[in-house]
Amino acid sequence: MPAILSLKDVSKSFGALTVTDSVTFDVPEGQALGIIGPNGAGKSTLFNLITGNLSADKGRIEYDGRDVTKVPPMQRCLSGIGRSFQIPQPFDRLTVFETLLVSATHGRGAPEREVEDDCAAILERTELIGVANRPSGTLTLLQRKRLELARAMATRPKLLLLDEIAGGLTEGECIALVETIRAIHAEGVTIIWIEHVLHALTSVVERLLVLDFGKIIGIGDPDEIMASREVREIYLGIEI
Amino acid sequence: MIWIDTIVQGILLGGLYALFALGLSLVFGIMRLVNLAHGDLIVLAAYLILVLVTLLGLGPFMAALLAAPIMFGIGWALQRLVLNRVLGPDILPPLLVTFGLSVLLQNALQEAFSADSRRIPAGWLETSSVSLGPVSLGLMPLLTFASAILVTLALQWLFYRTALGRAFRATSDDPTTASLMGVKPEAIFAKATGIAMVVVTIAALYLGTRANFDPTIGPARLIYAFEAVIIGGLGSLWGTLAGGVIIGVAQTVGAQINPEWQILAGHVAFLVVLLVRPRGLFPRAFD
Repeated sequence: MPAILSLKDVSKSFGALTVTDSVTFDVPEGQALGIIGPNGAGKSTLFNLITGNLSADKGRIEYDGRDVTKVPPMQRCLSGIGRSFQIPQPFDRLTVFETLLVSATHGRGAPEREVEDDCAAILERTELIGVANRPSGTLTLLQRKRLELARAMATRPKLLLLDEIAGGLTEGECIALVETIRAIHAEGVTIIWIEHVLHALTSVVERLLVLDFGKIIGIGDPDEIMASREVREIYLGIEI
Repeated sequence: MIWIDTIVQGILLGGLYALFALGLSLVFGIMRLVNLAHGDLIVLAAYLILVLVTLLGLGPFMAALLAAPIMFGIGWALQRLVLNRVLGPDILPPLLVTFGLSVLLQNALQEAFSADSRRIPAGWLETSSVSLGPVSLGLMPLLTFASAILVTLALQWLFYRTALGRAFRATSDDPTTASLMGVKPEAIFAKATGIAMVVVTIAALYLGTRANFDPTIGPARLIYAFEAVIIGGLGSLWGTLAGGVIIGVAQTVGAQINPEWQILAGHVAFLVVLLVRPRGLFPRAFD
């Protein structure tokens, strides 16, 4: 499988603080990659670099065979990078269905009547159809997380970035959400997923990347990564 | 009986203030941009209508119909080329730029049209009136008020029933997130300012046919517009209409008590509302 996303020697600093330090990795098309790391390791910054909300100080980001290092976020979205936020950011003034309509029409550049059915189908799949006409600001946490997912799906992404989407959910809610993500992945959508809820993450991803102080300290098979001494020390804080 | 007449005239006058304010409210609601040149843009549109009436011999309403797309273009270009560059977390740059624009427009209009006060001729409409029982209503004030309601309804429909309106609301909630959904905030903002300038043209039509204007009266219209928007609650279109009506009624009632109190009474009403309801009468549920 060719790489859909590839980062080459990407760095980003805020003043003296280097939050992304010469990061290099590829994501083959169709893969689900998990990213873990302690708080402040630079995981969300990495997402912001991929979506274009932050620009890299150094290095090169290629998406779908194209150099997108300098491409603005909206165009990256149009070319198929979708994203959910760690802290759900619903459009308070739009209903759930309207939110999807906006994402789908703008994210795909299609008129509303062409995307309406698909939006309804996404709401069905993310189990939001029952609250389709509620203002987004009134949803529960699980529903907000689902809306993040649905909104990203509405842009019909090839690459889906999930930022701690399972965080703060109860065990039952988490399992339900994982099922939805697994179904999306099964359709061939490439996923990069940042998550602290490890069992949720490892039940979906095929590859795991560990970030610490902006550096990659391990990438590969999830079981092997979790078994490595360095990762356990840094990430889990266990001294062996 | 005189008081009923006074209040009705005030409500109708409020329609004009609401028209001044609706464009400002629209732009502020979507992009948090306070356009200090709003009043001067109304005056610019009034001169544009006057030129079309004079040059082409059109009636004022036809001229406004022709001026509206031109003003849309001016608003669109203004947003695209100037205002989009200064929008950001800091609110000072847009204030400075629109203040500069206000000075520039006033001087340019003075250069082009001199400081003489002008009026758009509206023919028989100017003096026509209808009698409703004891109250006699001018046709132009009635048309002004009806237009204000129509504009509010139209904007409300645009905002809540169309794809563009949904994009307006999404962008106003969170431009960064919206851009990740493929929404282009710059393009959305340009359309919004264009639409605001169409509303400005309608306001200019009634300003120019009902009163004399000269290049320097913009800032005072801006103040009325501001007050109407703030009384109504920022971002609420019906609130803006209500705000205009409150200022209008306060002015006519003030003038009835003492002719010198007209303007003052409008401002006092504004201050009273601000004291009692600092967020306006109909604040938006989410800010």
